[in-house]
Amino acid sequence: MENPIVKAENYNGYFGDNHVVKDVNISIKKHEVIAVMGPSGCGKTTFLRGINRMHELIPGGTSKGKILLDGQNVFDMNVIYVRYKIGMVFQRPNPFPNLSIYENVVAGYMLNGIKMSKADKDVIVERSLTSAALWNEVKDSLHKKGTFLSGGQQQRLCIARAIAMQPELILFDEPTSALDPISTSSVENLFHELKSNYTLIIVTHNMQQAARVSDKTAFFYMGELVEFDDTKKMFTAPADQRTQNYITGRFS
Amino acid sequence: MYTKTLNFVENKRLELSDSQLKWEIFFKRLLIVMSAILVLVIIGVLVTLIQKSMPSIKSLGIGFLWGKVWDPVQNIYGAYPFLIGTLLTSFTALIISIPFSYAIAIYLGEYNQKGWLSDLLKNAIELIAAVPSIIYGFWGIFVLVPIVRSLEIKLGVAPFGVGICTSSLVLAVMIIPYSASLGITLIRMVPSPLKEGAYALGATRFEVIRNVVLPFTRTGLFAGVLLSLGRALGETMAVTMLIGNTSAIGNSFKEIFFGPSNTMASVIANEFNEADHDLYVSALIELGLVLFFVTVVVNLIGKRVISKASKN
Amino acid sequence: MEPRIGFRNTKSVIFKWVIIFFAFIITIPLIVVLLYIIKQGVTQVNWHFLTHVPAPPGETGGGIANALMGSFIMVLMASIVAIPVGMLAGIYLSENPNTKLAYYSGLCVDVLQGVPSIVVGIVIYVWIVKPSGGFSAIAGSVALALMMLPIIIRSTEQTLKLLPDSLKEAALSLGVPYHRVIIKVIIPCGFAGILSGITLSIARVIGETAPLLFTALGNNYFSTNVTGPMESLPHVIYSYATSPYDDWHDLAWGASFILLMFVLTLNIVTKVLTRKWKIQL
Repeated sequence: MENPIVKAENYNGYFGDNHVVKDVNISIKKHEVIAVMGPSGCGKTTFLRGINRMHELIPGGTSKGKILLDGQNVFDMNVIYVRYKIGMVFQRPNPFPNLSIYENVVAGYMLNGIKMSKADKDVIVERSLTSAALWNEVKDSLHKKGTFLSGGQQQRLCIARAIAMQPELILFDEPTSALDPISTSSVENLFHELKSNYTLIIVTHNMQQAARVSDKTAFFYMGELVEFDDTKKMFTAPADQRTQNYITGRFS
Repeated sequence: MYTKTLNFVENKRLELSDSQLKWEIFFKRLLIVMSAILVLVIIGVLVTLIQKSMPSIKSLGIGFLWGKVWDPVQNIYGAYPFLIGTLLTSFTALIISIPFSYAIAIYLGEYNQKGWLSDLLKNAIELIAAVPSIIYGFWGIFVLVPIVRSLEIKLGVAPFGVGICTSSLVLAVMIIPYSASLGITLIRMVPSPLKEGAYALGATRFEVIRNVVLPFTRTGLFAGVLLSLGRALGETMAVTMLIGNTSAIGNSFKEIFFGPSNTMASVIANEFNEADHDLYVSALIELGLVLFFVTVVVNLIGKRVISKASKN
Repeated sequence: MEPRIGFRNTKSVIFKWVIIFFAFIITIPLIVVLLYIIKQGVTQVNWHFLTHVPAPPGETGGGIANALMGSFIMVLMASIVAIPVGMLAGIYLSENPNTKLAYYSGLCVDVLQGVPSIVVGIVIYVWIVKPSGGFSAIAGSVALALMMLPIIIRSTEQTLKLLPDSLKEAALSLGVPYHRVIIKVIIPCGFAGILSGITLSIARVIGETAPLLFTALGNNYFSTNVTGPMESLPHVIYSYATSPYDDWHDLAWGASFILLMFVLTLNIVTKVLTRKWKIQL
């Protein structure tokens, strides 16, 4: 079996004394779309932010255990490099308001002071926006500010910004919860296309979305990883009673 | 070409991350150092003032504060005239200013919150604080002093023109913005359900202001008054130019109030550069120390009250 | 209508008019002062006035070139120190609001804001003038820098606190190091707010006289030597306003007019910046 791209070994996340993620073990293969679902407060977002070490930015946020990225423990790696290798898209679209659409896409390079020729940048911008299914909509207004776009367009711009860095893995933290239904479907359609090149981990509180977009689903409850299996199996024949209760709506 | 660049960036990236991590740590330390400098400066100010006041504190003792005579030629130093001068100017100014600053706060906070007239008045109030103190002083010498002098003739007191009365008038105008602008903010923050509740019971606007708005903002308005007081106590130039700079203290209240006098700040401004022996300098610095303590305490209490009031 | 209700309504209306009266009457002294300074000062200002040093008493003419240059040099030097220190300290306060250091330096900002300017003058005299053996523009600049710091720190801190965390997270998640996030994203986004703090602090210190009395002193001659005494706009007003010569009073009126124009302009710039800033958010 090929090596997993992300592997958590006894990962624990804390907010101060609050133990929010408990002993998570999970192994994620390349080019899979993983949905992480569970009721709010179950630790799914903390787990996600643990992978690229964003969790430690919150005051009181600490992590224990290991998360291996391509076999290397992220907690032993240079944190800047970890975040460079892992893309992230947030709940609310957050393009840089002081930058144009074009600059937003290459922001990861620009803000790091990496010099590139205009031609290279043009290629990266076009490819990333095309992959994010946004190119046709914005190709004539690349030098307008990113904040002029609609919510769904802004979120796809943020995805393009993550793709531009050629990450191995992209994390999505409830990427459609701030979007209207039409924008949501445009982002969801994108997941299918991104799958061929990237590994996606999507945190969602929306079960239908998990069922629609993912290959495998992880169910978190009270900080524990209850079940991790093929999405189809999970929604038809869950192994754990708690999963059963959740998908049948007995608690939320 | 595209992949070539990416590979190049990819290879350079790990190396770059290491140097960036070092810069990141350096930057975080720099932030800490800059904040720490601030603390060191304040400690330094305090230590310097105390240390340089020591000769005066040692040889004059606590009696310095109520010694009635200030005569550097005879080497006699008593701060009483300046304490009285400072307190009298500041509190007179404060009392004059309160009705105005409360009126501004109520008008702009309650009656007229938006629109051009409101903006115009608000900007004018802020402008009062922006005009340099030296300009108020200069104007005072040439315009206010003659007016006060003619009034004093009518009142039958010695027509000096300069003095505590004149200083207080100018000071009152200068300190209004500090309490007024805080008051405006606080009155605008009064929750409207509270007011609507009172209106629903048939209260008039005046009754709502008196029974709902003012009680709700009382502590905050008081804090604004403290900020104004802090300003008044430490104000130097305008007062120095208008107070007459006399260190002798009058015998009656009338004489003190209408006659020339000195405040702690004005005596420092006038005499510090001329102070020719160590005890003289030290006594002036001790005045500075007292002024520092009083203004800082008044200001900190004010700020504390504000942060409590704005949390509620 | 019941008489009682009528009485209460009348009381309410009277109260309103009393409030309006008090609120607006206070603009009269402001207008009187401004008009008087403009009336007395505007006739003094001409090219000669701006490019010559003061004439000795008795001689006509003379100007405030030395004071203009002195104020410019000292405010510039003060800004060079106070802007970076103030911005960095402000960034620290907004980024680490719950540390002990933030608590104490926040307290110190409040203290510094309340320190009477004359006391700042004394302290800088003891720190710099005494050891260096004489009054200097450098000492004056340090005193002004101390007066600028609290305003710059607070405006930086408050502006940055208004920026959403998501902005910082977006940059950090791209592998951008912290210092670049601050310099390239956070500061540009809050630029107008920070700049308004800077212009406000300059407006505040350009008219400060008290801290200069024992530090930069003053100088009747044109000087760009920062290790020696230097004239400044507010100081030239002070020394000529309190002199017995009418010619010198005229000079002081002219200088007051110029100072007032500087202060008004800086305040208007600040206003425009803060307005723009509010719209952006």
